[in-house]
Amino acid sequence: MVFCPAIHSKSQLTAKDWEGANSDMNLILNFGKSGRPTCEDPADPGSISLSAVRCGRMLAGLACLIGCLAVIAPVAPQTAAAESEEVPVAYISQIIERPPKLSNLDIPPRDEGLAGGLLSIKDNNTTGRFMKQAYRLEHRDVPADGDVIAAFEALHAEGLQHFVLNVPADALLQIADLAKGKEVLLFNAGARDDRLRGADCRANVLHVTPSRAMLADALAQFLAWKRWRNWFLVVGRRDSDARFAEAIKRSAKRFGAKIVAEKAWDYGPDARRTAQAEVPAFTQDTNYDVLVVADEIGEFGEYLAYRTWDPRPIVGTQGLTPTTWHRTHEQWGAAQLQSRFLKTNGRYMTPLDYHVWAAIRAVGEGATRTQSTAFADIASYIRSQEFELAGFKGQKLTFRAWNGQLRQPILLSAARALVSTSPQEGFLHERSLLDTMGLDEPESECRFE
Amino acid sequence: MKTAVSIFAAGMVASFSLASSASAYTVYVSNEKDNTISIIDSTTLEVIDTVAVGQRPRGILLTNDGKYLLICASDDDTVQVFDVETKQVVRELPSGPDPELFVLHPSGNPLYIANEDDNLVTVVDIVDNKVLAEIPVGVEPEGMGISPDGKVLVNTSETTNMAHFIDTETNEIFDNLLVDSRPRFAEFNKDGEKLWVTSEIGGTVAVIDAKTRKMITKISFEIPGVQPEAIQPVGLRVMKDGSRAFVALGPSNRVAVINGESHEVEKYLLVGQRVWQLAFTPDEKMLFTSNGVSNDISVIDTEKLRVIKSIGVGRFPWGVAISEE
Repeated sequence: MVFCPAIHSKSQLTAKDWEGANSDMNLILNFGKSGRPTCEDPADPGSISLSAVRCGRMLAGLACLIGCLAVIAPVAPQTAAAESEEVPVAYISQIIERPPKLSNLDIPPRDEGLAGGLLSIKDNNTTGRFMKQAYRLEHRDVPADGDVIAAFEALHAEGLQHFVLNVPADALLQIADLAKGKEVLLFNAGARDDRLRGADCRANVLHVTPSRAMLADALAQFLAWKRWRNWFLVVGRRDSDARFAEAIKRSAKRFGAKIVAEKAWDYGPDARRTAQAEVPAFTQDTNYDVLVVADEIGEFGEYLAYRTWDPRPIVGTQGLTPTTWHRTHEQWGAAQLQSRFLKTNGRYMTPLDYHVWAAIRAVGEGATRTQSTAFADIASYIRSQEFELAGFKGQKLTFRAWNGQLRQPILLSAARALVSTSPQEGFLHERSLLDTMGLDEPESECRFE
Repeated sequence: MKTAVSIFAAGMVASFSLASSASAYTVYVSNEKDNTISIIDSTTLEVIDTVAVGQRPRGILLTNDGKYLLICASDDDTVQVFDVETKQVVRELPSGPDPELFVLHPSGNPLYIANEDDNLVTVVDIVDNKVLAEIPVGVEPEGMGISPDGKVLVNTSETTNMAHFIDTETNEIFDNLLVDSRPRFAEFNKDGEKLWVTSEIGGTVAVIDAKTRKMITKISFEIPGVQPEAIQPVGLRVMKDGSRAFVALGPSNRVAVINGESHEVEKYLLVGQRVWQLAFTPDEKMLFTSNGVSNDISVIDTEKLRVIKSIGVGRFPWGVAISEE
């Protein structure tokens, strides 16, 4: 154990240390009772793995840096892991376009998604100790011009069968078609496209991330409850914005709202110095209750608030936003996951972290409940009626049989406060209230082959 | 005439207090968001005092001698020792971070604490004020039950979804049983034969043979007009003779009454909103429930199976503990 009383945050480690750490699932810095970082696995005190030695080196280096005395504990062999059956999980991530930096405050974490995956592996391993099951994460970060398919094929050749994917829709479909007929299960953690749950659905894909239709319905229910029925829709210049706008229009129809105006925002990439002049004119001469913005990447939406001609709330991709996870979410035990994540990573959990966490927990549930590490057992359990995931949302999360979408409550969040959680009271459904959000079975175009 | 009435009334009051003097208990309620303890008199069913304690008080229990109330002050990462005479926190126990629920060994010492953030059960000697052991368990340990002979400690872990059976002599896990999602609470029958475990997200109560550690049955709930997702079993108490168990069903705002033999649900009692934890008076004539969202306590008459009173307390009442006298 290494005690460095002066260190209180993991963020003090250098970026280089983290690149090394990210590739290793065992490397989780543990902040003990006194808030001191140690290299000990809390699930298995006394045992120090090889990666923990690396952790020790990192901490020891830091310790020297700040002049505190470092003592490295002796290395003990990890006997428990040797007897366990292994469940390896792959995480492939490719980000084509990163959000523009609107300010220096919100820098997207470089290990977004991966950090959620590593925490999930750790959670699964804590349970795995009692089941003689061990989990391991194989991670590939594919650059924007890199080959996602090759990454999948390489990992599949290594024997991996459970894949969590944060890749664009087309790449996901290519992988799904390649994997067809093989013992492979794919979890979509990043693509919101409704077509993946509709006409382009695939039987070997489960969607942990909600579709745009689900997000828009969650928002629409709240706006209906507020009786804010007249919507002014502002659409950004990207295809993704057009698709979000489509989902908003569908939701408006479904929940009795009216799109009283629709305008394309085409003022270029950086509005921070021009918005005060542009937004009032842009929003003038329309009678509406609420401005709904479709700007998924976050190019201009933040600049609309306080600048509209009439004082109106902003909702959609900015302002009041439908999402799966937010740092202000603390109900239903979420505070525990938030604090575990924060202690481990020195930052808050993002929706992508949560999706990857939930996907790998689903694999963990499959292995625990069937008491098996065999692919067929885990995959068929996850698809069965018995499957349920406790995801800190106040009710069990399950997969829709007709399109593989995870049912889940959707948070409606402002920047620094959770405003509400949908489904809203009063919207009923014969099967599950969660099915009031997203494309329901009768309207779904998904037909699994 | 007026005099006669008042004499009569006075006589009533006198006889009432005489009859109930044997059952004048003190009820303690922890208010999670107010950082206070509400103190209720069980005869008048009124709040007689509200005392400030540590941050985010949740699980509470009385020591065997009745002199101290132990309080999990979760956000202070400590267990506070509250003197019920002076109504002051007199010392703190080394609890490990974020203590939520705990259980006392039947002999009165040690105390077993679930530390949610660290996947540990901490064993604390409450006389010597020191940690005796830390037992690694599953993810997010919460429910704590101990067998009447003190030999077996059961901890439930919310994300691992197991009941861990711990030998209190070695402080090691000797068996694990999978239960439904998010197990919150564990309680043994007084004869040590059965163990009850509630699963909040699974919506079920597992009845377990405490000797073989095998599931006897799994109880599900169905309340007309209530969404199944709202039925979330949390706190549970079993009567001393094992004849009935009472289960708090969270946001369904009901307490289920379960037959201790047949394990059938006999009745659902409508209580306050998001009913959380339960405690019997020592004579088991009344059951007190903490209702987190409506900020009150419901009092259940356990013979008539009726809710007889609601008592307003602080914000987010969480734990309930009742004195022996």
